Amino acid sequence: MSNNAEIKEIASQEYQHGFVTDIESESLPPGLSEDTVRAISAKKNEPEFLLNWRLKAYRHWLTMKEPKWPHVNYPPIDFQAISYFSAPKSIDDMPKSLDEVDPELLRTYEKLGIPLREQEMLAGVVAVDAVFDSVSVATTFKSKLKEAGVIFCSFSEAVQECPELIEQYLGSVVPYADNYYAALNSAVYSDGSFVYIPKGVRCPMELSTYFRINAANTGQFERTLVIAEEGSHVSYLEGCTAPMRDENQLHAAVVELIALKDAQIKYSTVQNWYPGDKDGKGGIYNFVTKRGDCRGDNSKISWTQVETGSAITWKYPSCILRGNNSVGEFYSVALTNNMQQADTGTKMIHIGKNTSSTIISKGISAGRGQNSYRGLVKITPSAENAKNFTQCDSLLIGDKCGAHTFPYIEVANKTAQLGHEAATSKISEDQLFYCMQRGLDMENAISMIVNGFCKEVFKELPMEFAVEAQKLLEVSLEGCVG
Amino acid sequence: MFEIKNLHATVDGKEVLKGISLDIKAGEVHAIMGPNGSGKSTLGNVIAGRDGYEVTQGEVLLHGQNLLDLEAHERALIGVFLAMQYPVEIPGVNNMSFLKAALNAKRKMQGEPEVDAFDFLNTVKSKVKQVNMKEDLLYRAVNEGFSGGEKKRNEVLQMLVLEPTLAILDETDSGLDIDALQTVAEGVNSLRSADRSFIVITHYQRLLDYIVPDKVHVLADGKIVKSGDKTLAMELEKEGYGWVEA
Repeated sequence: MSNNAEIKEIASQEYQHGFVTDIESESLPPGLSEDTVRAISAKKNEPEFLLNWRLKAYRHWLTMKEPKWPHVNYPPIDFQAISYFSAPKSIDDMPKSLDEVDPELLRTYEKLGIPLREQEMLAGVVAVDAVFDSVSVATTFKSKLKEAGVIFCSFSEAVQECPELIEQYLGSVVPYADNYYAALNSAVYSDGSFVYIPKGVRCPMELSTYFRINAANTGQFERTLVIAEEGSHVSYLEGCTAPMRDENQLHAAVVELIALKDAQIKYSTVQNWYPGDKDGKGGIYNFVTKRGDCRGDNSKISWTQVETGSAITWKYPSCILRGNNSVGEFYSVALTNNMQQADTGTKMIHIGKNTSSTIISKGISAGRGQNSYRGLVKITPSAENAKNFTQCDSLLIGDKCGAHTFPYIEVANKTAQLGHEAATSKISEDQLFYCMQRGLDMENAISMIVNGFCKEVFKELPMEFAVEAQKLLEVSLEGCVG
Repeated sequence: MFEIKNLHATVDGKEVLKGISLDIKAGEVHAIMGPNGSGKSTLGNVIAGRDGYEVTQGEVLLHGQNLLDLEAHERALIGVFLAMQYPVEIPGVNNMSFLKAALNAKRKMQGEPEVDAFDFLNTVKSKVKQVNMKEDLLYRAVNEGFSGGEKKRNEVLQMLVLEPTLAILDETDSGLDIDALQTVAEGVNSLRSADRSFIVITHYQRLLDYIVPDKVHVLADGKIVKSGDKTLAMELEKEGYGWVEA
């Protein structure tokens, strides 16, 4: 019909954030061996326990096989073709303020719509620890956080400044042998973020990190560790866009959260890495292990994610509900358009008494996208009176995409109460016509309907992120209806 | 002002409108009556630009502009409003935000700035009273869980806010009790003006007791078989549709 021409035109719009910054990177040559691991550790001036940990992880990784169970397809990855370390050259003399930051770098952030200066002016709202490639180059709001006793810094800095916390907690939620990509990450991770909230402290601002991938053919292995001491509260935001690339880029991050007694951690992600072109060429492979440990009684960990990017997404932010009365939450919107594939969900492991978990998953498939929800709710024998509620809804746009649901439920305690709801629907012609008859063009109509579908998840996001997330969905859905 | 010339349309290759011509002057209300399956709703949908119909012949002109060249939303933006027979539910989309987005789309087209949030709230609240609708429906998702009558009131509310040039009411009276019918009719009547026209599609004459039409047309098998003034509607009420189909 007459809509087709319009659809084609919109569909041909290029990824907005696709560009490459011309900065000299000091990278290791491609290849992976014990020497690579030692070289990374040496470059970071790491204590011996960390090198040993990396080496144990590497040796274990060599014995492992790449998992094949996710509902995704991709060509074999040549791990010897990847460069495992790259840093902007100016890192050797770390900038003391934004003025000292490479102007080219700042322009990159501006193109991405994150002017650090403006962020800084928002004083006290959001602290940004900007990760460019693998090394942090600018950290703001440090002093205010310091006053509260909060440590928010790059992982490498934390290794130098509080190695005892690293030694105590690193790998305590996601052990290096946990899975193939966690093992790889443990061996070669280059940097990441570290958060420590002392006892009884309510973090005075939302913590935010923007991850970027820039250097060509460089695998990204980020390591994030968040520790919330007894009675503390923290909200952490993570958002991503990436320059356009032809080669597939591997991203295998590990995120570990630890909530002690009465502590609360809210971890929000908006992920917009390059998804590949219309035919699926290029795009990021996002194989991430995210796990939170409600270690103390009455603790709470809440994951909220909006996943619109990457060629392949493979992640299951999970909660181990160890403490009595602990609470785990997972709110997710995952969108796949064109040739994107996503296999995502969560694991809620109930161990403590009176633990409860909530899972709200919204999958949107458009184009030839494939979207899978995979979730495990496990009630162990010790988990008296555990409760779970799961709702996973799928929305299909067009007739060439797919939605799949793989719920796993294991109950070993008969006092458990579980509820599961699932629904799959198509965006209806009636809804589209209704919106258009009221004057909204097709793009606005679709984005309004989709945003409505995602509302339960968006309302969990911090305000400024919710706005960004809605915008992202709009951009990601451009021209998806045929 | 609004003119349909020899309009033919098909659905899945089957002709459902077989040469319809209409001439509606500014300020007039025309009623389209007819038995089920005669093409009444099709006519409304084709004018509004719904997918699934192929216009094989004819023109639909609003102020001389052929609507058939425009997308559905473009028709809406120049003033075509269709109050739907079965308003659809849009989960998660706030009714008030939806209405505001629609109004702002129209204002943008007319080169006006977005509506002031405070003014908008006041306008909407007064119009909600006018259609005797529960205010809390504004804060719920569009039509979600609304009763049949509430959905129809919501359609009329949208019409009152968007102030269309040509409003088409597709069986807005169906499923309404007499009180609701009167409220809906009052809403329409309050909008009647010298520069606005209405097409009221209905199966029954009773709505026309409250919205008094300038002309009545009887549609049967995709054609207008009889036109007249409001007395035609009364005849139909008495005689049924049998005599026009024969």
